[in-house]
Amino acid sequence: MCRLALKTAREPFSPYEVLTAMEAMKEGYDGSGLGLLLRGMEFEDFKYNPRFPILSGIAHTEKAWYRMTDYMEEMEYELKYDHRFAMRPELIEAKDRYRYFMRAYRMPVEFRDESDELREAELLRARLALRNLSTEEDPLTIFSFYPDVAMIKEVGWPMQIGDALCLHDGQLKSRVCMAQGRQNTNYDINLYACHPFFIQGISTMTNGENTAFVPIRDWLLGRNLPGYVGYHSDSEVFTHILHYTLKHLRLPLQAYKHIITPLSTGELSRHPQGDFLTGLRQACKRLIIDGPNAVIGTLPDETCLLVMDQKKLRPSTVGGRDGVWGIASEICGIQAMIPDRDPSLDFQPMREHTVIIPPHRKELEIWSQYDRLPLPQAA
Amino acid sequence: MVSVRSVTLTPSSLTATDLPWIIEHREDRCTLCGNCTAICPKGAIRLSHMRQRLPRLDVFGTQRGSEYRTFTGIRQETDPAKLCIGCGMCAMVCPNEAITPVAGTNENRTLFFENRKGEPMKRGGRRNATGPTLLDRIVFHRISMLTDPALDAGRHEFTATTTLGRVLSPEEFLKRTMNGGWIPPTREIFPFIIGSMSFGALSPNMWLGLLQGVAYCNEVLGLPVVMCTGEGGCPPWVLRSPYLKYIILQIASGYFGWDEIIRAIPEMQCLPAAIEIKYGQGAKPGDGGLLMWHKVSKLIARLRGVPEGVDLPSPPVHQTLYSIEESVMKMVQTMSMAFHHQVPVYPKISASTSAKAVLNNLVRNPYAAGLVIDGIDGGTGAAYNISMDATGHPVASCVRDCYLELAKQGMQNEIPLFAAGGIGKNGNVAQNGMAMVMLGASGVHLGKYMMQAAAGCLGNEKNRCNVCNLGICPKGITSQNPKLYRRLDPDKVAERVAEVYMSINTEVKKIMAPLGRSQSLPIGMSDAIGIADKAAAERLRISYIC
Repeated sequence: MCRLALKTAREPFSPYEVLTAMEAMKEGYDGSGLGLLLRGMEFEDFKYNPRFPILSGIAHTEKAWYRMTDYMEEMEYELKYDHRFAMRPELIEAKDRYRYFMRAYRMPVEFRDESDELREAELLRARLALRNLSTEEDPLTIFSFYPDVAMIKEVGWPMQIGDALCLHDGQLKSRVCMAQGRQNTNYDINLYACHPFFIQGISTMTNGENTAFVPIRDWLLGRNLPGYVGYHSDSEVFTHILHYTLKHLRLPLQAYKHIITPLSTGELSRHPQGDFLTGLRQACKRLIIDGPNAVIGTLPDETCLLVMDQKKLRPSTVGGRDGVWGIASEICGIQAMIPDRDPSLDFQPMREHTVIIPPHRKELEIWSQYDRLPLPQAA
Repeated sequence: MVSVRSVTLTPSSLTATDLPWIIEHREDRCTLCGNCTAICPKGAIRLSHMRQRLPRLDVFGTQRGSEYRTFTGIRQETDPAKLCIGCGMCAMVCPNEAITPVAGTNENRTLFFENRKGEPMKRGGRRNATGPTLLDRIVFHRISMLTDPALDAGRHEFTATTTLGRVLSPEEFLKRTMNGGWIPPTREIFPFIIGSMSFGALSPNMWLGLLQGVAYCNEVLGLPVVMCTGEGGCPPWVLRSPYLKYIILQIASGYFGWDEIIRAIPEMQCLPAAIEIKYGQGAKPGDGGLLMWHKVSKLIARLRGVPEGVDLPSPPVHQTLYSIEESVMKMVQTMSMAFHHQVPVYPKISASTSAKAVLNNLVRNPYAAGLVIDGIDGGTGAAYNISMDATGHPVASCVRDCYLELAKQGMQNEIPLFAAGGIGKNGNVAQNGMAMVMLGASGVHLGKYMMQAAAGCLGNEKNRCNVCNLGICPKGITSQNPKLYRRLDPDKVAERVAEVYMSINTEVKKIMAPLGRSQSLPIGMSDAIGIADKAAAERLRISYIC
């Protein structure tokens, strides 16, 4: 089973703190991988402008590395910062790791005054183009390319990977950090199959298997939307459904829960927006997830969220205090990240809940599917 | 040369061993009650008086010759017109287990004479192909165990309904919701639908028994089962009853029964579940319905607006139509409009290599609410044997192709596909249905299976019984003769319908639970199915397992 931990705080913190939570939950995973997402970046040796997109990934060979840098130059992305990890390569199981990179760029001049939508579309295009530069001999893995977000994925035990990349050295900090402690072992081991998944600033990670994966994947692929590719893991569709809900349908975050785990016909008949939600359930029927899942995610504005599957077959807890919050698949994970909180206020959402940690991080919002959806024009 | 007339022999003279079914009669058990001869629908057995010579050897006697004894017994007719059909009614009514038909092991010589008077063989039933079907061979192999806590089919909540009707894309749905546009009507139904069997093909007791059972499923069991009328309309009281919402009204090329339906529209208490426009039928693709004169009773004649006792062959195609484009435009839209765009209207076609062309046309029509594809194994009340046995296309690959085509266009949620024809042919109804669902169907239609399971239809693919066309159904299922259909108790049929659906519902959960599915019907979950047949696996794009 996967173990998940997310920490969000007003003050940037080291990702190593979240790795300690992963260590606390070590019993629950097999060391087959670690995925890390950092948002709200702070670099020790660089004053980072959060408008600069950060490209993160792994160049597996020197050739792949130059292919990537050449492409970025050709596209006229101006390199502003190149983070160098203080590496201990002997702790990494895999051998074909020429370079882990985290590079901040200034976008080409023609995009500087463009709308966020166009800029995001360009970043997505560039990320997919870079991903396509990978060849069998010279693999190139691209995790994310977006302002204020960096990602690391690697095979091995989380703590060991943290040590290998010297994440404890304070060079790298963020206000949000998500970690997941297992590769998707139902399918092939593949770095892209490691959670969290990322598209245009939206990222989620999940524990449990999404048994409705294939029909959902087929439907998403049929949209022919840029970025809806990959699907090395059944959980990648959770991220894309969230992206589809927010970016394409332009529905509020709360609608995500109604799309992935809609209420039953009986419950909808008593809901104040029953007709609309019944129609939404039908229109988005192929996006109904199945299986035991806790979905933890973050959005570009540093909002964090947690939702459960319809039967609440996976545990997950949220806890913290004003300014610092944690979400983890085990209470011991929260304890490791935020020991100085009141544990009696920890909350374990039920099947109808969406837990939202807003960017101000003052308090949690617990939204229920039985509540009115904040969408006045549709009701 | 003049034939020898002393021997009564014609080209079609046969002996009992040439027949497909041979009557075994035990004279030592027979009480000569006559029940068997009275019930035999074909007159295949007769009570005969026979004489037996008892040779007498009396060496010292003065009289010569033998003595004779006369006795009565059951004999089988060998005239092909009176062929035993193996229905076994004789055995069912025999108080003494003295009689039973057994399948002949010799070649079936009667096939050569099924063309007397120049008329090819006509029959009811299905394609006479025995053995496991492709659907029977599909297994559900993607079992979630350690990766997931297993679902409990008995305790967890399952949603196994499907949508009948056109569904908008999420973007279009939201746009129309905001702007007050038309949202096409849909129905949430149980994915196993009682397929189109007409009031005419079925006896009144059978049809009403089915309706009663369907109403019970909906109102008591909470299973939203619907049934389709088939061509030939619906009894007027049903059209004006609250049960109409469980009924899919069919319009086919003969338009039989539609006068009654149109007249009833202003008086309807509720809307029908849907309207099915039949363009083709899997059992007899390219051919129209065939209600033989034997079955056109007074009631049927009234419902269909025709004289009593005449053959009612529907034309092969809708006479007013020239092409699928037109049919979609004219019929689907007209029918939708007749019901104020509040009832889903969809076509039914026979499975064919051209099904995708029809589908692509429907995709572009905003009023088309789905597509039913009827495969070669579909049943019928009457058709030419050649159509049934040798014409058509299996349903599995046809539906799969259509589903993949929709998926390619991202439209698989918008036009539901329903599969019909041979579902539950060998009794594995839930397994067959769910295999079709995972291949991409939104649901399946059951015809013959319901007749067999709910009313004890005796027909099978060894050409047992299959005399639905003649109105002599020994169980009273497909007869309009009150003497026959009164054998069937509608209440008992309804009870069986409820039992069948309760059982299907449980089996569906038993299939879904180990796959880790409970929230929605696993339509297109092709990763969950496999087959030990490489060619079939490749063709259907599912996994090959061995």
